[in-house]
Amino acid sequence: MADIAIIGYSQSPSWREAELTEPQFLFPVISEAIDHAKIERREIGFTCAGSCDYLSGQTFAFVMNLEAVGAWPPISESHVEMDGAWALYEAWVRLQAGDIDTALVFGSGKSSPGNLSEIYPLQLDPYTLTPLGVDPASMAALQARALIDAGLVTEREMAQVVARNRRDAMNNPRAQVSGDFDEDALLAEPYLTAPLRKHDLPPISDGACAVILATADKARAVCERPVWIRGIDHRIEVHQPGMRDLTVSSSTQIAGKNAGVGNAPVDVAELCVSFSHEESVLRRALGLAENVKVNPSGGPLSANPLMAVGISRFAEAARQIAEQGAHRAIAHASSGQALQQNMVAVLEGD
Amino acid sequence: MSHQPCAIIGIGQTKHKKRRDDVSLPGLVREAAQRALDDAGMNWSDIDAVVLGKAPDPFEGVMMPELSMADALGAAGKPLMRVHTAGSVGGTTAIVAAHLIENGIHERVLTVAYEKQAEGNAQWGLAGGRSGGMGAGGIFAPWMRSYIQHSGAPEDIGWKVAVKDRKNALKNPYAHLQLKDISIEKVKESPMLWEPIHFLESCPSSDGACAMVLTNEDGAKRAPKPPAWVLATAMRSELGQFPGRDPVRPQAGVECAHILYDSAGITDPRAQIDVAEIYVPFSWYEPMWLEGHDIAGPGEGWQMTESGATEITGDFPVNPSGGVLSSNPIGASGMLRFAEAALQVRGAAGEHQVDDATVALGHAYGGAAQYFSMWIVGASLDAVAQNK
Repeated sequence: MADIAIIGYSQSPSWREAELTEPQFLFPVISEAIDHAKIERREIGFTCAGSCDYLSGQTFAFVMNLEAVGAWPPISESHVEMDGAWALYEAWVRLQAGDIDTALVFGSGKSSPGNLSEIYPLQLDPYTLTPLGVDPASMAALQARALIDAGLVTEREMAQVVARNRRDAMNNPRAQVSGDFDEDALLAEPYLTAPLRKHDLPPISDGACAVILATADKARAVCERPVWIRGIDHRIEVHQPGMRDLTVSSSTQIAGKNAGVGNAPVDVAELCVSFSHEESVLRRALGLAENVKVNPSGGPLSANPLMAVGISRFAEAARQIAEQGAHRAIAHASSGQALQQNMVAVLEGD
Repeated sequence: MSHQPCAIIGIGQTKHKKRRDDVSLPGLVREAAQRALDDAGMNWSDIDAVVLGKAPDPFEGVMMPELSMADALGAAGKPLMRVHTAGSVGGTTAIVAAHLIENGIHERVLTVAYEKQAEGNAQWGLAGGRSGGMGAGGIFAPWMRSYIQHSGAPEDIGWKVAVKDRKNALKNPYAHLQLKDISIEKVKESPMLWEPIHFLESCPSSDGACAMVLTNEDGAKRAPKPPAWVLATAMRSELGQFPGRDPVRPQAGVECAHILYDSAGITDPRAQIDVAEIYVPFSWYEPMWLEGHDIAGPGEGWQMTESGATEITGDFPVNPSGGVLSSNPIGASGMLRFAEAALQVRGAAGEHQVDDATVALGHAYGGAAQYFSMWIVGASLDAVAQNK
C-alpha cells in the first residue's frame, strides 16, 4: 500500500451542550484543519464525512454538514454513517489510486439534544435486544463484570485509569472533564450500574474533528512533519453479546496485527477507551508494553464527541508525533457496544 | 498507482414488495446476498470484506444497523463499512466497494444495499421527520414544472415514461409494481400528488435489497459466469440550496457525467452507451437526466422519450428493469440501477435484456438533486472502444 500522511488536523472543544448547530461548529474545525495543512480548500480531491442521523434526531442530517465543507464548485464526496475514523479509512483507500493527492475527512456529532440511554438501545438487535432497553452503560457493565470475575481488571485499576485520564486532560484545552482526582475518593462514590461508577463512563459531548490526508509526494511538498499511516485495518465481531467473549477484543487483535502494531516498539497509543475497563482489554489485544503511554490527551473519558471520538484519536496520536516528539503511535477507534467493531492504525514520524 | 480492473461476478436482488413481512431485516439482506454469492459460485467464507449501504436509519428505526447485521452479513472477523449518501447511497456503496478492489485492498468484496420501508413511515422520514419538510415529491415538483416550461415539452411525456417503465417491470420478476393494465389514460386520471406529478408518475415505497460480489482480474477468470467490468466510476456533490443554483440541471450532475465519460473514453454517450439504468423516481426525471447528463442536447431529452428511443427496443433504452418507478427500496434503488446495468452487459437480464448490450450506464442521485453516483460497466475491458 502507498504511504499516506496526516498533514493537518483540528478539533473543536468538547462541549456538554454546544449552543452552535453541527454545521456551525464544524465550519471552523474544517477551515482550521485546511489552514493547518497549509493547503487551499480547492486542492482537496476527495472529502469524506462520518456522522449519525440518530444523534441529530433527523433524517439526512449529514446533508447539512456539507455546508461546512463548502461544496461549490461540486466536489467528490462521500459519507459513512459511522465514526469519522471510517471516513478517514475510506479516504485512505481512495488515495491509494494515486489520481488525487489530498483528502479532507471529518467526524461530527451533537449528542446533547437527545437522551442517549433511550437512543442507543436502537443500535442493538431490533428483535432480541432493543426491546430490553439495554443502554451502553449496562452493556459496558456486563463487560466490566466479566473482566473483574476473570481477574483481568480491578475496580481500583479502573479508578486509576480515570484519575490518570483526568490529570492528563488538564493539559488538553479541548477536554471537557479534567482535574486532579484521588482514586480512593473515586472508589468511595456510589455505583451507577455496578460495577461502574459515574466516572467510569465517558462524558456526554458535542464536537467535531477534521483531518487532512495526503499522498507521499504532496505531503513532502507542503508539510514539515508529515505523520505517516504505516498500517490501518478494521474488523467487526458478531453482535450478540452472549456469543462473544467480552474479556477479549478479537477484532482489535486482528486489526492490530494487520496494521503492524507489533513490528516495532510503540511510544504512545490513543485508544477509544470510552469506559475505564476497556483500557485493559485494548492493551492486551494490541500487546502494548507496560511503558506505552495510553491517552495522553485524556482520551474519551475526558472528551467524547460521538462520531468524532474515533477520528479524534487519529488527530491526538498525530499531535503526539508532530508536536510532542513521539515517533511511533497507535490510533484506535471503536463502534458498537462493548467494543464490537474496531479500527487500528500505526502512525509514524519521519 | 495500484489501479486494477474490478469485475462484477455475482448479482442478487430480492423480490421487491410493499411489505416483506416474511423476512426480518437481516433476512432481507441475506436473500439478496445469498443470490449474489450463488451467482458468483462463492460461499460466505470466500468474502474478504463487506460494504453496506442504506438511506436514513430512522426509516426502520434501527440505528447503525450494520452492527446488528454483522452476523447475517457473514462479516464477523472481517472489515464492514456502512455508507449513507441519501438517495445516491446504493450507487456510492458500490463505488466504495469497487475502490477496495481497484486499489488492491481486497480480492473479493460483498456489497449490499437495502431498505425495508414498511417497517416505518418513509414519507415522514423523507420530509425530515419532526422538522416537517415537503418530502421528495414536494421538493422536485417545481423543478419538473420548470423543466416543462423551459423545454416546451408536451404534458404527456411524463405519462409516457410512467407507462414505459411499468411495462418494462412486467418483464422483471423482481419488480415491485406489476401493473398489467397500465395506460396513458390511467396515469393521467390518477390523483395529482404534487403538480405536475400524478400518483402513477411517482415511485412506490418498497421493501427490498440488492447485492453484488466484486473481484479483481484473477477472480473474474475463476468466476463461473461472464463478468461485467467496471470501466469508470464517478461521484459528485453540491450544496442543495444557494443563490444561482440550477436545480433542474445541477452542475454536480453535469460534472459527474463528464468525468465518468472521460474516464471511460466515451465521447458520444448516446451512441456509445447501449443501455442506461437511470434513477427516475418521478416520471419527468427521465428527460431531465438525459439532458442533465448531456446524453441529449438542451430541450431534446423529452424528444427521446416521445420518439420511443428510451424503450427497450429503442436506440437508447432507459430502465428496462422498470426502474425506480417500479421498485423503490430507497437505500437499494441506486445499487439496483448499478446492478441492472451490470446484468445487461453480462447478457443476464432475462426478459428485459437489451439486445447486444456491451456498455451500460448505472446512475443514482440523492438529496435535493445534489448527490450523484454513476458507473459505466462493460462486457469487456475494451467494450467502449469496440462501440464506435
